[in-house]
Amino acid sequence: MDIRSQISMVFHLDKCIGCHTCSVACKNIWTDRKGAEYMWWNNVETKPGTGYPTRWEDQEVYKGGWTKTGDGIQPKSNKNKVITLKNITYNPDMPVMDDYYEPWTYKYSDLFEAPEGDDQPTARTISLVTGHPIDVKAGPNWDDDLGGTKDYARKDVNLEKLSPEEQEAMFQLERLTFMYLPRICNHCLNPTCVASCPSGALYKRGEDGIVLINQERCRGWRMCVTACPYKKTYYNWSTGKSEKCVLCYPRLEAGMAPACFHTCVGRIRYLGVMLYDAEKIEATASCEERDLVDKHFDIYLDPFDPEIIKKAKECGIADSTIEAAQKSPVYKFVKQWKIALPLHPEFRTLPNLFYVPPLLPTMGKVTEGLYDTATKSFWGGIENSRLPLEYLASLFSAGNVKQIEVVLKKMMAVKIHRRRVTVGDLPAQEVEDALQEAGVSEEMADAIFRLTTLALNEERFVIPAAHREEASELLEATDDRKGNAGFGFREKPARGL
Amino acid sequence: MSWIKDIISPKTRSWEEFYRNRWQHDKVVRSTHGVNCTGGCSWNVHVKDGIVVYETQALDYPLLEKSLPPYEPRGCQRGISYSWYLYSPIRVKYPLMRGALLDLYREEKEKTGDPVLAWRNLQDDPAKRKRYQQARGKGGFRRVHWDEAMELISAASLHTVKKYGPDRLVGFSPIPAMSMLSFAAGARFLQLMGGVLLSFYDWYCDLPPAFPEVWGEQTDVAESADWYNSKFTAVMGANLGMTRTPDVHFFSESRHNGTKTVVFSPDFSMVAKYADQWVPVHAGSDGAFWMAVTHVILKEWHYEKQTPYFINYAKKTTDSPYLVELHAQSGSYVAGKLLRANRIEKYKDQENGEWKFLNIDESTGELVMPKGSVGHRWDKVKGNWNTKLEDGLGDQSYDPLLTLLGKSDAVLPVEFTEYGLNRKALRGVPVKYVTTKTGEQVAVATIYDLIMAHYGVDRGLGGDYPENYSNKDAAYTPAWQEIFTGIGSETVLQFAREWARTAEMTGGKCTIIVGAGINHWFHGNLIYRAGMMALMLTGCVGVNGGGMNHYVGQEKLAPTDSWGSIMSARDWQSTTRLQQAPIWHYMNSDQWRYDGNQNEYNAAPSNSTTKLHTADFIVKAVRNGWLPFFPQFNVNNFELVEQARQAGAETDDEIKNYILEKLKSGEIRYSVTDPDAEVNWPRVWFIWRGNAIGTSAKGHEYFLDHYLGTHHNHIADEAAKGKVKDVKWRDAAARGKMDLIVDLNFRMDTSALYSDIVLPTASWYEKDDLNSTDMHSFIHPLSAAIPPVWESKTDWNIFRDLAGMVSDMARKHMPLPITDVVTAALSHDSADEISQPRMLDWAKGECEAVLGKSMHKLALEERDYTQIYNKFIALGPNVREKGLGAHGNQYDCADFYDRMLENADHVQTIQGQRYPSLKEDTEAIEAVLLLSSATNGALAERAYKNAEIKTGVKLAHLSEASRGVLINNRDLKTQPRRLINTPIWSGLMDGGRAYAGFTYNIENNIPWRTLTGRQHFYLDHDGYIAFGENFPTFKPSPTPEAYGDLRQSVNDGKAKMLNVLTPHGKWHIHSTYGDTLRMLTLSRGMEPCWLSESDAESLRIQDNDWVEVYNDHGVYCTRAAVSARIPSGVCIVYHAVERTYSVPKSEIRGGKRAGMNNSITRVHLKPNLCVGGYGQFTYHLNYWGPVGVNRDTHVLVRKMETVNF
Repeated sequence: MDIRSQISMVFHLDKCIGCHTCSVACKNIWTDRKGAEYMWWNNVETKPGTGYPTRWEDQEVYKGGWTKTGDGIQPKSNKNKVITLKNITYNPDMPVMDDYYEPWTYKYSDLFEAPEGDDQPTARTISLVTGHPIDVKAGPNWDDDLGGTKDYARKDVNLEKLSPEEQEAMFQLERLTFMYLPRICNHCLNPTCVASCPSGALYKRGEDGIVLINQERCRGWRMCVTACPYKKTYYNWSTGKSEKCVLCYPRLEAGMAPACFHTCVGRIRYLGVMLYDAEKIEATASCEERDLVDKHFDIYLDPFDPEIIKKAKECGIADSTIEAAQKSPVYKFVKQWKIALPLHPEFRTLPNLFYVPPLLPTMGKVTEGLYDTATKSFWGGIENSRLPLEYLASLFSAGNVKQIEVVLKKMMAVKIHRRRVTVGDLPAQEVEDALQEAGVSEEMADAIFRLTTLALNEERFVIPAAHREEASELLEATDDRKGNAGFGFREKPARGL
Repeated sequence: MSWIKDIISPKTRSWEEFYRNRWQHDKVVRSTHGVNCTGGCSWNVHVKDGIVVYETQALDYPLLEKSLPPYEPRGCQRGISYSWYLYSPIRVKYPLMRGALLDLYREEKEKTGDPVLAWRNLQDDPAKRKRYQQARGKGGFRRVHWDEAMELISAASLHTVKKYGPDRLVGFSPIPAMSMLSFAAGARFLQLMGGVLLSFYDWYCDLPPAFPEVWGEQTDVAESADWYNSKFTAVMGANLGMTRTPDVHFFSESRHNGTKTVVFSPDFSMVAKYADQWVPVHAGSDGAFWMAVTHVILKEWHYEKQTPYFINYAKKTTDSPYLVELHAQSGSYVAGKLLRANRIEKYKDQENGEWKFLNIDESTGELVMPKGSVGHRWDKVKGNWNTKLEDGLGDQSYDPLLTLLGKSDAVLPVEFTEYGLNRKALRGVPVKYVTTKTGEQVAVATIYDLIMAHYGVDRGLGGDYPENYSNKDAAYTPAWQEIFTGIGSETVLQFAREWARTAEMTGGKCTIIVGAGINHWFHGNLIYRAGMMALMLTGCVGVNGGGMNHYVGQEKLAPTDSWGSIMSARDWQSTTRLQQAPIWHYMNSDQWRYDGNQNEYNAAPSNSTTKLHTADFIVKAVRNGWLPFFPQFNVNNFELVEQARQAGAETDDEIKNYILEKLKSGEIRYSVTDPDAEVNWPRVWFIWRGNAIGTSAKGHEYFLDHYLGTHHNHIADEAAKGKVKDVKWRDAAARGKMDLIVDLNFRMDTSALYSDIVLPTASWYEKDDLNSTDMHSFIHPLSAAIPPVWESKTDWNIFRDLAGMVSDMARKHMPLPITDVVTAALSHDSADEISQPRMLDWAKGECEAVLGKSMHKLALEERDYTQIYNKFIALGPNVREKGLGAHGNQYDCADFYDRMLENADHVQTIQGQRYPSLKEDTEAIEAVLLLSSATNGALAERAYKNAEIKTGVKLAHLSEASRGVLINNRDLKTQPRRLINTPIWSGLMDGGRAYAGFTYNIENNIPWRTLTGRQHFYLDHDGYIAFGENFPTFKPSPTPEAYGDLRQSVNDGKAKMLNVLTPHGKWHIHSTYGDTLRMLTLSRGMEPCWLSESDAESLRIQDNDWVEVYNDHGVYCTRAAVSARIPSGVCIVYHAVERTYSVPKSEIRGGKRAGMNNSITRVHLKPNLCVGGYGQFTYHLNYWGPVGVNRDTHVLVRKMETVNF
């Protein structure tokens, strides 16, 4: 057993507002500079939709993630596991600017400086790349709230699992709906980006599993851009280096949640540490597709198990980290309740970000021009949900519909149970049946309810101690560090560093 | 796995400081955004190297009850983008002036050597005036020194005051709650000058007129945490995810606690995603759905089950047991006025007996006169203004009788009108005959019985009652509503039954969350009343988890008592000029000229009242004291007083009488009757904290034409000629009424672009201020993270300095005190509420002209223009002598006033007198906090004790828990503080209890500020009866043909007519943030026009194609966003966008720059909302008057062929 600790995350999609506050928080702090304008380390997508970069989920085109080869796996982007000199300079599978968008600004100065004329001045759009006027045709969130349905939502990769009739039905009054999918780097257990870097610039931090691109070592080959199936590494055209979400490690090290978590006004985000067995990564990532989610869950270890605790300590995991793992809200959602699922497990990167799928309005029916959405039971069953389960399964369970059904039933059981507690107007048998069918006890239902609704900041984010003093000590005496911190000349990263 | 590298070595990882360095910062300061988003969010502003670099939410809100989720974090995608503005290229850094004006002014100044004379000369030369007016909005700005800008503004102000009178100075700044002192700065300056402050809540159409109608309250709603207490939540016209971004988690979280949520929205909106059921009612038809819901509730839960909780609630808290007189009309009867107590022998000598009303005691069958009516409120003897079930004469308890069913003297056929299908029905109503003191026999019915009949609940009384729910022809069955909503009956039935069941089992925990999507319809008040009926009939108002929760605009200024005095300069004066903006703009921007007669589009019975053109109705309202209007008269007020004195008038009363006689004889005329006459124009316009010419300007193109005198894109024909009688029709409309427009701004928005002078103002991270909201119960600071950038100054300092310059100039031009006469409308929360029992017009000879009774009031005010500055910087003596208060509550605060004089550093000595200083904004902030009953526990207690005297109810205990609370500005900067219980607000919030409106009333027998003191189902004002709105009802939207948006615009076959909806958008708060690079990047680089797939297809429009959206009023050019979530027949242009960025030239309006969302609007006002002097129908700023609706607008949409900039 090789026990390691990993910062992991849960996004509760039922609560997501699609407001993009997370995106702006991240942009303000990390990517508000030349060469990074087009980067959105955190972005929010409307689903169905094609996302950012457009149709990123289509690995037939982008060649991200891993392919199963017999008993093993290899990066989809290269046939041979080892990157060769032959393909190091030529990478045909990269998204181009139009797949993201050409960043732009406005000539605001015209409003102040225009001489008196016969008509009103207006600030025109200017490309941030060329400096010339630009006809804006794409942005990082172009299909927001089903904007451009025909051109975007109907081209969602996940719809391909549905028949043409089922696809069309999703855009009619009876089942029309959408959901939001906020995305950041998954800080995977089995990251293709790390595996693909010819310069060895990408790595996972030993203490928390955060995936980083060393800004000194990166040579801008952009193999990571191709390799990441989530398209969460980006090339900075100004510095000539790739960059990606750093999970706000400077904040985590200070005991603060990453900015996108901190600023999430939907309160959908949870963060905590998980213990896992690194020896099982390869076997887990190589398993049969239908087993991927369950095996992925299995790789995380029970932090309350005395044996695991003992072995974790042997592996150098700090007591404070083990305690944090025991309090981790992610452990509850993923391991104890099993209501959070990985995004596109079939990419086989073993992402550490899990999503609680949304409960959406019940379907309607249209008869002779009249719309009705009445249900037999108080809420109607999940089979009446507007989003086809197949669609959610395409996102979160490699097509396993049963897995989605189980999760949604648990969530519905929690609602039904809480209705009984707070109002008491549903038939007793209905409540019992709902709990039983979902395999949820009253205690579990209350626990899920509490963490979903009432949790305070410090309950949603349980951040393990970073023990920065120990890391510093290896470089200089810690009391010296105290006096030295921050001194030095700031240099901007430049090409070829 | 060998290829995954885990690195621990800190040496290899020493580069990681690259990102650590970025996160480092030097200072964190708490502030918020003053932007009328209603968020009131606590933000940490991070300063690094003296530069504001980013902001994140503060997470330290005090927690409420443990059973409620916490507030943290609050703040949205827009707020977090704010720091972009500080250093952006759209920031106004220096004072700017239009070059054409600057040159002309300098020329005259050179000639005269005097700024005031220079301004006079410039205004006297029509060619010069026209020269700079026509340059408005067309570039040519020049940087000027502060001194020169302020000199010109002062000169213009003083010249205007001198020549025309001070009521030609006008200011617009919206929503004080978002930055109270910044608002107060300009308001205080203007009120000291005698100028006019425009309202905003009604102009924005944020004011829900149904709140005053039903509850006598401007708005009082639950804080968002209380949504979590609801067990059944209906959302209509509110897109919570979009607009209530920091609050919506309470809604989503409540679902996981067993709350059912139903969202009504024609499009699949962000909030529809959270719904358990999405009900896509046809746009604007929500009222029909609610009428049917109430039909079911009345039938099943009131008539058939007689649910005890509902029945008791109705008896105790609503007007349902009150008696209404029925009048015979050709074989049937109609419902008329409430039966007055003084109609009956027993109560005939009651003080204010015309304003006290009657019930029947169920146990005795006798008439009783409940306490708590507006008559009791203004009686000399206090202590009977409460809702205890006691007779106002003799105090004996009684049990109100709701229905005469089985106990009636007769069943009479009463006529009810259903406007949707335009049918009348005669339905049997049980009545009792009452003998009046004159011996007349009057048939009366309870409101409860009338409501049952009005809603068509068949109780075996005979007449045109629907037989069952599937009867389509009869109001207001589930089948009937299908015709309007497109929603099947099954959905109505499930909704109504689950709603009522939830309310019964939880004691009223059903709520409606409602927003601008409803309020902006012409008949928005009726849609609200329809929903309120379902709430009131199931006991859901005044209960935590219940209520009509209307969130449109940040109207809740919590410390309104102390702030109100400073804002309006009532600390020095006794008069104010606080103008109802919708009627003001309707008349002054000449939009009335383009309006046909409202009876062409306003469904109402035909009678002499409903035949009037809206403009004439407004004249009636102004004359009769229902609404104010400034400028007042077609003469200078100072000269008028002087004339009176010369004619021998000495006392104030003699002067007023002199003026009254002149008004009666028509020798002087109300300005409102002749808005195109030069003498009546408003002249100098101050705009700050708002976008008065841009996104706040309904009928924007008419503003450009008639106020500004510059280019415009409207092509409307004038329709009022021959239809107005009391308003003088002039064939040539006035163009360019405004002499000077001054805009204080931090960014170059549309208003700034079109103003003559733009003054750079400090933004929300550069000044101290206060902020409060109804979304939560905390009071917030704005704090200066950095000093104002470049040459910007705080609003407080700008207006203070202006006061200084005006005072200096006045020493030469207006050195002596002078007397102004001020008209005032009859005022809410005063005895004016019982002035006009009938709607009579003295000017038509229908009654005597009596000041303050049958007409407005007149007051005299002494003005000394050399003292404006001294008064501005000192808190005047009225606070000490008269105390403070709000909403009918008062308290003494002399001791706290004196306490402010203890620190000599914060005292101003003026002519030997010492006053608390307001020179600095921080001093004004402390004054507001110290003197408000919402932030000072001792004052709250005094206010409750005074309320005890009025009501005869024990109340002081409500302030026990907060007796020692005294919040100051430093506290707020440390942590937002929760407000305290005070009688000026209707919610209670001790011990972390969530604030919910009217819990104070329900739990303490406190009357609503209405006629009966109860919640009103029935509105018996003559105007309401005339317009057919005495009952809650459904009226269809005006037809596009009659509404008049498209009389001149030609559809060339390439366009399609659509109903344009302008809900609040995702990427801006009104127009703010919409121009930031962040929001533009995350949206589509502009605010598009959302079209349905089918409409787009029929117009051959592809997603992102350029389109023109136009009608007679103007044109907006933008791109199309084609989406399956939009229903066909409507398009959505999210309010509110600027014309400052990415706006091409219009093809169909001659290649001129196109406008924005307000370019396609024109104001339509609903006349019955103008009435006054009658209970809750009595004027107060932002409380009462017609609202600026715009939801019924229709446009043509077509693809643009060529796009030019």
